[in-house]
Amino acid sequence: MDTKLASSIEPTEVPPRVNYLNREYGLKSWLLTRDHKRIALLYLASVTLFFLLGGIYALLIRLELLTPQGDLFQSHTYNKVFTQHGILMVFFFLIPAIPAVLGNFLIPIMIGAKDLAFPRINLLSWYVYVVGGIFTLWALVSGGVDTGWTFYTPFSTTFSNSYVILAGIGIFITGFSSILTGLNFIVTIHTMRAPGMTWFRLPLFVWSHYATSLIMILGTPVIAITVLLLAFERLAHVGIFDPTYGGDPILFQHLFWFYSHPAVYIMILPAMGVISELIANFSRKNIFGYTFVAFSSIAIAVFGFLVWGHHMFVSGQSVYAGMIFSFLSFAVAIPSAIKVFNWTATLFKGSISYDTPMLYGLGFIGLFLIGGMTGLYLAALGLDVHLTDTYFIVAHFHYVMVGGTVMAYLGGLHYWWPKITGRMYPEGWARFAALVVFVGFNLTFFPQFLAGYMGMPRRYHVYAPEFQVLNVMSTAGASILGTGMFIPMIYFIWSMRYGRVAPANPWRLPGLEWRTSSPPPTENFEVTPVVTWEAYEFAPPDAVQVVGKFEPGDEPDYPPVQAPG
Amino acid sequence: MAATHVDKHGEHGAHTALAHHFDNMEQQREAGSIGMWVFLVQEIMFFGGLFLAYAIYRAKFPEAFAAASNHLDWHLGGINTVVLIVSSVTMALAVYYAQTGKRRPQVGFLVVTLLLGTTFLVIKAFEYAEKFRDHLFPGASFQWEGAGDPNQVQIFYWIYFAMTGLHALHMIIGIGLLLWLILSAWKGRFTPEYHSPVELTGLYWHFVDIIWIFLFPLLYLLGRHLEAGGH
Amino acid sequence: MQGWIPFIPERASTLAPRVDGLYFYLVGVTIFFTVLISATIIFFVIKYRRRSPSEIPRPVAGSLKLETLWTVIPFVIAMSMFVWGADLYFHQYRMPKDALEVYVVGKQWMWKFQHTTGQREINELHVPVGRKIKLIMTTEDVIHDLFVPAFRTKADVVPGRYTTLWFEPTKPGRYHLFCAEYCGTNHSGMTGWVYVMEPTEFDQWLAGGANQESPVAAGQKLFQSQGCTSCHGLNGEGGKGPPLVSLFGSQVKLEGGQTVEANEDYIRNSIRQPQSQIVEGFRQPLMPSYYKEQLSEEHLLQIMTYIKSLSPTRTQGLSTTAPARQNNERSAPATPEGMGAKEPDSQRSNPVGSTPPSVRTPGR
Repeated sequence: MDTKLASSIEPTEVPPRVNYLNREYGLKSWLLTRDHKRIALLYLASVTLFFLLGGIYALLIRLELLTPQGDLFQSHTYNKVFTQHGILMVFFFLIPAIPAVLGNFLIPIMIGAKDLAFPRINLLSWYVYVVGGIFTLWALVSGGVDTGWTFYTPFSTTFSNSYVILAGIGIFITGFSSILTGLNFIVTIHTMRAPGMTWFRLPLFVWSHYATSLIMILGTPVIAITVLLLAFERLAHVGIFDPTYGGDPILFQHLFWFYSHPAVYIMILPAMGVISELIANFSRKNIFGYTFVAFSSIAIAVFGFLVWGHHMFVSGQSVYAGMIFSFLSFAVAIPSAIKVFNWTATLFKGSISYDTPMLYGLGFIGLFLIGGMTGLYLAALGLDVHLTDTYFIVAHFHYVMVGGTVMAYLGGLHYWWPKITGRMYPEGWARFAALVVFVGFNLTFFPQFLAGYMGMPRRYHVYAPEFQVLNVMSTAGASILGTGMFIPMIYFIWSMRYGRVAPANPWRLPGLEWRTSSPPPTENFEVTPVVTWEAYEFAPPDAVQVVGKFEPGDEPDYPPVQAPG
Repeated sequence: MAATHVDKHGEHGAHTALAHHFDNMEQQREAGSIGMWVFLVQEIMFFGGLFLAYAIYRAKFPEAFAAASNHLDWHLGGINTVVLIVSSVTMALAVYYAQTGKRRPQVGFLVVTLLLGTTFLVIKAFEYAEKFRDHLFPGASFQWEGAGDPNQVQIFYWIYFAMTGLHALHMIIGIGLLLWLILSAWKGRFTPEYHSPVELTGLYWHFVDIIWIFLFPLLYLLGRHLEAGGH
Repeated sequence: MQGWIPFIPERASTLAPRVDGLYFYLVGVTIFFTVLISATIIFFVIKYRRRSPSEIPRPVAGSLKLETLWTVIPFVIAMSMFVWGADLYFHQYRMPKDALEVYVVGKQWMWKFQHTTGQREINELHVPVGRKIKLIMTTEDVIHDLFVPAFRTKADVVPGRYTTLWFEPTKPGRYHLFCAEYCGTNHSGMTGWVYVMEPTEFDQWLAGGANQESPVAAGQKLFQSQGCTSCHGLNGEGGKGPPLVSLFGSQVKLEGGQTVEANEDYIRNSIRQPQSQIVEGFRQPLMPSYYKEQLSEEHLLQIMTYIKSLSPTRTQGLSTTAPARQNNERSAPATPEGMGAKEPDSQRSNPVGSTPPSVRTPGR
């Protein structure tokens, strides 16, 4: 890369007159937009709404579990509360959060494209998501669902007295939103890369979204058809999942987990992509073992489809099937381990900043480490028999989903906030909030591992008194965690108006998204960029041998993409 | 370095059908084509869940499935299979004439495809009507007198209706697409440079046919050999 | 014994120390890697903190050696966990032959147990210490899961089939019994206690309910009253239907060439859905399906127990508790009149059968 060009960047530090935000005004310009950046913001708003709702349910759960007796709700209300917490968080927050908000906003910019391949389909996917959300909310408002987010048959088809079909329709519809998003990403990454942007120059964020999209395409249709069968079974009792008529309730679990286990990777893979970006960029280093990190995402996506049976080790399936699923589950842990080791190695001899996104990134590694390692407990057959359906599993997947995905989502939001809004968030508050989230999170969920091993079953409204101490700790943690989540919400909104104006490249990074203005113009770049640098190339390639810093006077910034001449 | 690349967009008088965010027609066509293939992969998984349910219950209840399958009218199913295969041929010809820019045969073959697709649906509708009349639609009114456990037979019929119903839904969508294509082709919108819609609809149509090619033997023919050899 | 380790539930079965062993191994590995990686990260983050805003560190090239190392080592460790876990799982889920059997029916929201001697319990299970206990379980309605943390074992109880679970208590006491699979409104109330007793105490306890009809006897009566005798013979010797004597545990040849083992599930399936597995030579589908409406799970269990008792050589497990009683039953198939009269009574005390009509969606 020609470092001489670096001095010519000054003009773009001033925000350009026209960007995607101020180009048009009015509700119509948002609701009919085909700009991936605006659609990302639509998603941001709706995903946040569902996160808030799901969060309220979470707090209600923790409040109820403060005492062993059921004193806040009656049992059937409590069952609805945890079911709805699960449904909202899984289908309406965790699955779309990173891909539909950050992925949508960044993938085209990161690969140097003007938009996703199918902008109208992209907008459609948001509407589909909203319609699905409305159906689900409708189910909640009419009286709620009490089946657990897993909808196990025959409880959901025959015995539950709640609005299973409405909620099912909501999930069915929302599924198509993620299919459309995945389709759009795959096609975009295949066909819309800028000249010079080869596959191995792609930021790892893009790789992980490619892997995610594969799962969305291959998995989501299966849950769609499963929910359809479930709804019809409930309506007509044809017997496909009902043993009374010869059907097999375990078949539902197979179909459900065939999607829902890979869906866990839909939630975590984009988070891993964000973390790869944060770790590399905030230590100003090329990522250690780029190809290993990239292909580990694909490996997770592929292996992720072969391990669904580990949810059914105690369901009476054949012990040999259990053995195979256990083996594959251990195998799928390896790519995750590879990622963690490579992130750690990336820090080696870096220039590590303590900016908020990096704090989230480092927090992610710690929590994901515990979340991932406790996954091994559940993959180990003999131990899973004791642990499954206890609070151990609750703690495990919250470590992965909240400690992993939510931390990465928050880190990513902070990191790209200047690009998205053109404003900086308040750094001091942000660091403080990151700390609060980290502490609150651990206090909430670590005691649940202990309660789980001691045998506290999940989804219990009333529990044995000996578990109370741990539950009180957990509830205390949840209130801290809730506060920690609330602070960013406030200062993000505040910063949109009052935050410091962000330069094009506030972090001084080489990625394509930092070579256009903040916020970017509608077409992302004034001209189609030509990529001549590798991913995370902070220094010229020949500097691999050079120790230390650049010569004084060389700006560590990177030339923006400009019109020729 | 940015100077080395010249945006092709404005250069060769952009085609009217070129969307703003693509660099050129080639890229746009490729995107459309990959998009359709990805979509079809998704469709395979969609039907896949039902195929799995079919496989499991067929293995579990071979007798009932054979009896229920024998009750289906394989003549009608067979005619429909032929109708669909022929429609695939005419669709392929329509795509060919779109590629070579011949408007009249293109419209002609699209219309023939449309008619064949409609024929399929009409025959299917007759079959469905008969099943409803005989109380073979799963649910409260389901009745079964023949061999095999009625509950197991009902599962067969539910899988039958789910699979063929979903397939018919795809056919209806395909016919909608064909109508739109015929209109556009009539107006001469498709040229050798731009005919992706015809090509992509063609892909979709062939896919729907292939699904049927699987459904027909699985649903209509599977019990025949058992009946012939069994007793 | 485990007093010095916090957060470990009581260990009251032969399985518990083995599961704990694996758990400690995994905890050890977790702590090791968490400390290793966290310490490395903290060290790097402090040592390589950014010292000036324009600092650009030297890029570091990847290393195939390192990548191989941290692929292979975790894989080897993971495999050790896999092997250990699988071994334990086989031990857990392979049923011992010489176990004392207890029949379990789950129902929203209670556990019903019946001992081979006829003793019935609800939400309580009494077992002797030092004996292998095998639970043969099914459910009237939704999926449940029987979980005893102190025994470190659980198994789903699935409608439409039998699942089994075994344990060998090692310590007298009272232990939690939970339903671990979410089963509806009062899921968290579907709990109970397992009482592990000294063998002599247990025998006394059993004797306390000595006048109860054993499941075998009840099953035999059902066998007659449901009309099974007309095809399978008065004592299961066969006729228009396949013989049932010495059936249990044998290999059955089916129409179509398959061979299946005649286990509990096979017998259950042959009653509920006789057409699904037809014994070779009995092609005419004579037998009607016995659905839940005609035959509750408990009655089915009793018939199944009776059919099992027709194969004495293969079911030593049944006869080990109270040999006298068992022999008596088998040698004298004619049931005393008094017991017959008791049956409806015993049923009333154990609410059986269909779910409340209000929760069933209309349709059938």
